[in-house]
Amino acid sequence: MAHPSVAVLEYHLVSYRRMWRSTLFSSFAMPVLLFVGVGAAVGEYVDRGDALPVPYLHYIAGGMLAFTGMQVAITESGFPVQSYMTWDKVYHGMAATPVRVADILAGHLLYIALRVAAASAAFLVVMVPFGAVGSAWAVLTPLVAALVGLSVAAPMFAYSASVTGPYLMTVMRFATMVMTFFSGAYFPVDQLREPLSLVAYPLPLWHGVELCRAAALGTGTAWPVAAHVGVLAAWFAGGLALAHPRFVKRLAT
Amino acid sequence: MSPARPSSDTPLIDARGLVKRFGDRIAVDGVDVAVHAGEAFGFLGPNGAGKTSTMRMIGCVSPPSGGELTVLGMDPLRDGAAIRARFGVCPQDDHLDPELTTGDNLTTYARYFGISRRDARRRAAELLDFVQLGERAGSKVSTLSGGMKRRLAIARALVNDPDVILLDEPTTGLDPQARHLVWDRLFRLKRRGVTLVVTTHYMDEAEQLCDRLVIMDAGKIVAEGSPPSLIERYCTKDVVELRFGDDALEPYADKLEGIGDRLEVLPDRILLYAADGDTVAPVLYGRDLAPSGVLVRRAGLEDVFLRLTGRTLVED
Repeated sequence: MAHPSVAVLEYHLVSYRRMWRSTLFSSFAMPVLLFVGVGAAVGEYVDRGDALPVPYLHYIAGGMLAFTGMQVAITESGFPVQSYMTWDKVYHGMAATPVRVADILAGHLLYIALRVAAASAAFLVVMVPFGAVGSAWAVLTPLVAALVGLSVAAPMFAYSASVTGPYLMTVMRFATMVMTFFSGAYFPVDQLREPLSLVAYPLPLWHGVELCRAAALGTGTAWPVAAHVGVLAAWFAGGLALAHPRFVKRLAT
Repeated sequence: MSPARPSSDTPLIDARGLVKRFGDRIAVDGVDVAVHAGEAFGFLGPNGAGKTSTMRMIGCVSPPSGGELTVLGMDPLRDGAAIRARFGVCPQDDHLDPELTTGDNLTTYARYFGISRRDARRRAAELLDFVQLGERAGSKVSTLSGGMKRRLAIARALVNDPDVILLDEPTTGLDPQARHLVWDRLFRLKRRGVTLVVTTHYMDEAEQLCDRLVIMDAGKIVAEGSPPSLIERYCTKDVVELRFGDDALEPYADKLEGIGDRLEVLPDRILLYAADGDTVAPVLYGRDLAPSGVLVRRAGLEDVFLRLTGRTLVED
């Protein structure tokens, strides 16, 4: 017999089968267009000054792969979670069966990890013809992106499950904006002056950008790999610790 | 893991002094209930009486704040998943996925009970036929009418072949045809020996479906019994409805003093409760009262309900 969390994952996959086309633009076309557009346009300017050891397009590729994963995860853990909890109450339907709250969370997060891995794998394929894959370690980037996805999805679950007002969109935009500009996807964070550069270190995306860039280019990471993975895992664990009791409370009332 | 099925003497659901608090508000205030196998048991009460909160505690999705609760011989706090595995739940607001087809709603739900994919598909087809939705197997739920969604929610509650079905206001908002279809299907389930636990604020539904019921008001049980026994205990056999074509009914009420067991003045008519309604009319004319309308009818559960819970509107 399949574990209840696998049954929950199956539900999300069946649901995704109905709407995958509508996600192609946001999960694939948009990041790729951004990558090519910024990489070529800004790259033309940056590469003139030889500011980076590699072409700018190659420099941002790994970071943008991680960024794509973060964006898919934030989107999937925002309104869908709020809807399942508050409007359609799909979670309540699950909670009336042998499925436990931990299974509901595990199945949904597993689905998000798969979505992120698939979107970042597609992005990785696009990177190849642009010569942005310089190392075999690049095959690990979808896994790293999935971990980045989980590290932002778990705390978002906690927030989306408990918020009933109009603040969800604001929080999603704010989180996305901060991580977009302070995670080093487009430029090295040490270009920022302190204390602005310090903003990057606690952000999960910076750790994802460092890992994915290093894997794609075959270079080193700013911190030891275990430290980057550890921070991502800490975000995930902390998010789960917040989300579980909130789910329990909401589903019991 | 799950204990043997309880014998017919042991209640499937046994609640003693059950309490549910939400902050300072007490939704359920010391409820005692015992539901036996094969019974159709009802919670009847106005909005906000605590029916749904009680059902959610029985369904092991909301922990009790106080009292004792045993379900299928198990402890809901410890064995919630095992109890829910043998329950079918039709919640008040369906909890269906509007973007999935009717078939997918059933098959994905069946998987939560560990039912294989092949059995889930077979079961979904059977259940869609059972609730007369076989031709809509490929339709998205968002395209269904309210009655169809309700029938689908009932079909979903049956997907695990449950021992007990909890139905929270199963026919609220449905047209008469849809209500009768739902009742018919619930009758069939009852005949198969399935235990039904129903909440409703419809008297005809309670009279149609329930072998035994409790009337709840403000979180407490105010009466318990079969529909006929409740009518016998709390009401007279007949009710005479008198209209006088006049807005001021108090003077008429004074003249009716002593006729029947009890009378009630409503804005448009006077209700006279009597053991034999047919004997009332001659007495009226003897007192020089000439009502513009006299209706003698059998007392129903609604008369009991309004007597016990009052006529004041209760807001959620």
